[in-house]
Amino acid sequence: MKYRLGIDVGGTNTDAVILDEQQTVVASIKTHTTADIESGIDHAIAGVLAESGIAPADIHWAMLGTTQATNAIVERKELARVGVIRLGYPATVAIPPYTEWPDDIVQILSGQYALVHGGYEYDGQTLTIMDDDELREVLTGWQGKVDALAVVGVFSALNKDQEEHVAAIAQETLGADIPVSLSATIGSIGLIPRENATILNAALYKVIQRVTRGFSEALRQRGVNDATVYLCQNDGTVMSLDFAAQYPILTIGSGPTNSIRGAAYLAQKKNALVLDIGGTTSDIGVLVNNFPRESSKGVEVGGVQTNFRMPDILSIGLGGGSIVRQHADGSVTVGPDSVGYRITEQARCFGGDVLTATDIAVRLGNAALGDPSLVTDLDDDLVQKAAAEIRRMLEEAIDKMKPSAEDVDLILVGGGMIIVHGQLTGTAHTYTDSHGGVANAIGATIAQVGGQYEKLYQYANVDRAKAIADATALAERQAATAGAIPESTQVVDVEEIPLAYAPGDTTRVKVRAVGQLK
Amino acid sequence: MRKLDIPAIQHIATGAALMGAGGGGNPFIGKLMAISAVRQFGPVTLLDPSEVPDDAVVSSPSGIGAPAVTLEKFPNGSEFKLAMKKLEDLLGKPITAVFPIEAGGINSMMPLVVGAQMHLPVVDADGMGRAFPELQMSTLVLAGHKICPIVMADEKGNSVIINTDDPHDAEKFARAITVQMGATAQSASDTTTGKALREDGVTGIMTLCEKIGTLLSAVSQYPTVADALQDLLQVTHGYHMMTAKITDIRHVTKGGFNFGTVIFNGLDEDQGHTGQLEFQNENIVFKREDTVLATAPDIIALVDTETLMPVTNEMLHYGKRVFVLGIPCNPKWRTPAGIKSVGPRYFKYDLDYEPVEDRVKAFRSQTVEAVK
Repeated sequence: MKYRLGIDVGGTNTDAVILDEQQTVVASIKTHTTADIESGIDHAIAGVLAESGIAPADIHWAMLGTTQATNAIVERKELARVGVIRLGYPATVAIPPYTEWPDDIVQILSGQYALVHGGYEYDGQTLTIMDDDELREVLTGWQGKVDALAVVGVFSALNKDQEEHVAAIAQETLGADIPVSLSATIGSIGLIPRENATILNAALYKVIQRVTRGFSEALRQRGVNDATVYLCQNDGTVMSLDFAAQYPILTIGSGPTNSIRGAAYLAQKKNALVLDIGGTTSDIGVLVNNFPRESSKGVEVGGVQTNFRMPDILSIGLGGGSIVRQHADGSVTVGPDSVGYRITEQARCFGGDVLTATDIAVRLGNAALGDPSLVTDLDDDLVQKAAAEIRRMLEEAIDKMKPSAEDVDLILVGGGMIIVHGQLTGTAHTYTDSHGGVANAIGATIAQVGGQYEKLYQYANVDRAKAIADATALAERQAATAGAIPESTQVVDVEEIPLAYAPGDTTRVKVRAVGQLK
Repeated sequence: MRKLDIPAIQHIATGAALMGAGGGGNPFIGKLMAISAVRQFGPVTLLDPSEVPDDAVVSSPSGIGAPAVTLEKFPNGSEFKLAMKKLEDLLGKPITAVFPIEAGGINSMMPLVVGAQMHLPVVDADGMGRAFPELQMSTLVLAGHKICPIVMADEKGNSVIINTDDPHDAEKFARAITVQMGATAQSASDTTTGKALREDGVTGIMTLCEKIGTLLSAVSQYPTVADALQDLLQVTHGYHMMTAKITDIRHVTKGGFNFGTVIFNGLDEDQGHTGQLEFQNENIVFKREDTVLATAPDIIALVDTETLMPVTNEMLHYGKRVFVLGIPCNPKWRTPAGIKSVGPRYFKYDLDYEPVEDRVKAFRSQTVEAVK
């Protein structure tokens, strides 16, 4: 029997599961996330192996969804010195790289950049001709001063040849091992946010090396020697460690994505809203054709505005540990503060003195937790008002995330899901599962290998069918590069977005492909 | 006369996004350009219109073209210097101050870039008191001033001069050249005198935008959002026409312009009511059920119900909760000629223009009648 082991590191909990070949949950465990992350991962691996009773040698695939890249950016730790090459001079000089970044992170990344000739116009014509001598001079001057490069070209979504050419020259001048991040493979239209995401990606290369080595080592120490190891991406697929080394930023935001995918798997649904209620917050995401809907807004990471793909998630300050208060005017509020993982000491039903959303559920008889006799004295009016407030908060959030006015199916997961009782307005059917508490780790474990490709085409010049075929081939190649069996790749999504105001029917074509694990 | 620092610029960008009536472009690039220029060259001087000499030569630097392209290929920054220099050569005299042609996400910021770079004061007046999509839609043109000569410039040092007495031709030529310059270009135009700008422009617009932006940055310090909204309405002399949720959006891009309809369902005190907004780049008509409550040139603005931040038309989506506001336009637009150039009929709606304050008052008294 071949088994899969998956781990998802969240802000509060590190969860692990083992699935068999039929993708049935064999064992699952919830442990606390540790400050160093790694000891928590190690603990979870040991715990889930022990619970399953499976021989470590039977684990053939291991997946990790982790927050370490986000933490490194937020805490400014282990970040590399990055040289930024922007192709497009003389355009774009009005806003130099690193404009409006927090000073401390610019200092750590060394703030070095060069604006050089190159780039494209909106219609694919050359903006200015690249100058190899100019590039060589810049790159030679950076010898010993930068650890990694970020390359960003104006309209590189139309054509990434120029960015790839810079990478080739960088390998000649700075050595074949110099990590180079190309913006065309990382972000979308919008030069500044894409440049920012590319710089962060370049800055993370040491972090991702530590994460991959640490995970592989932890597995080996527990006797898992033969597994193929993957990291979770934020689009609901996984990538090989080699691929992850080039695209560390794609790990950011994989947690909520894993919950959505795990929920979809448990409910056997392809389209639904997913409500993941934790201890402190509730995350709502949208499942579209088996994958999370992507956010159309930019995402800020550690004070830096970016536009790389992220799941569209609405978080509200409501979870199982949210604190319930009655005010002088009789009104009742729930959250946004929470007792978090201390719920088993501080909540009323566990003998504590803080009234939480969980206590309301226990008092109403909707959940059997702690000692129900400790909450029988709660004022009936308060309990009803709190329950109504919890319902109102969730219904409003659901309504904001619904794709249209019609009722939608809802999949309810997460440790705090007991605070919901009965049908919520705006939903058609609600699905729950006893494994809902570890949906995130399940999502990490069931993932296929994925690849995405995004490019701008001018339908006035390129036949639409040809453009889509081209983007599809590129996406399938990307999935194979990320570690999929090449013959198994298939397209899951084709998106076409016309570029407003641009002549020539300029359209952004985005194709997503997935394939089976090797 | 006063200096504008970086927080002031951020506030002006926010306020201009509100006064831009849903259009005017995403303020992101314009704001970053102005901030970068101020970091490099120092703060910008803002002149009250009364401080500008009658015979001062004033021009307006602005960006033209596809906002989506500007997000990717933005200016070098020297285009304005070039355009201004060429314009001075044509005029045979130096330009002594600049002003924004419109209050909108991008063009409210361009004079600040020029002001910092060239150490020229910026006059607290514009040509619209809001944003509009076409060059000839300005109170200056309405008063008989010429747009031309227009000098257009790109990042490669190319410049093109447009000279015509017909404002619609000027708009047509400028669009065509913009496409050849890479779908986005910078320009200097609408040269006039200090006296004419004071008399025929919309004065105090930068200060108003800054006031709005300052207020919106401090919403969390009010006891409730409703209190902050009251202050916002007072500052803008505006009306709260509806509290609503967006339930449908239909977008069409025609000839480079963005057309659409937004459907609202009422919330809170407006529960059970529906609303409809028509936009053509900017918001043009707002109705509650069948009653029209506001039309261009009055300003129809949407703000988020939690933060009061302006919601521009590229940010619309299902489920977004907004307050729909109606803000009276500058009185200069409320003449027969003004209504003809930017009223509902210019945008192909078979409606007469009536001031938003009259429409809202009539609607409210009817509602009171109905309740009685």
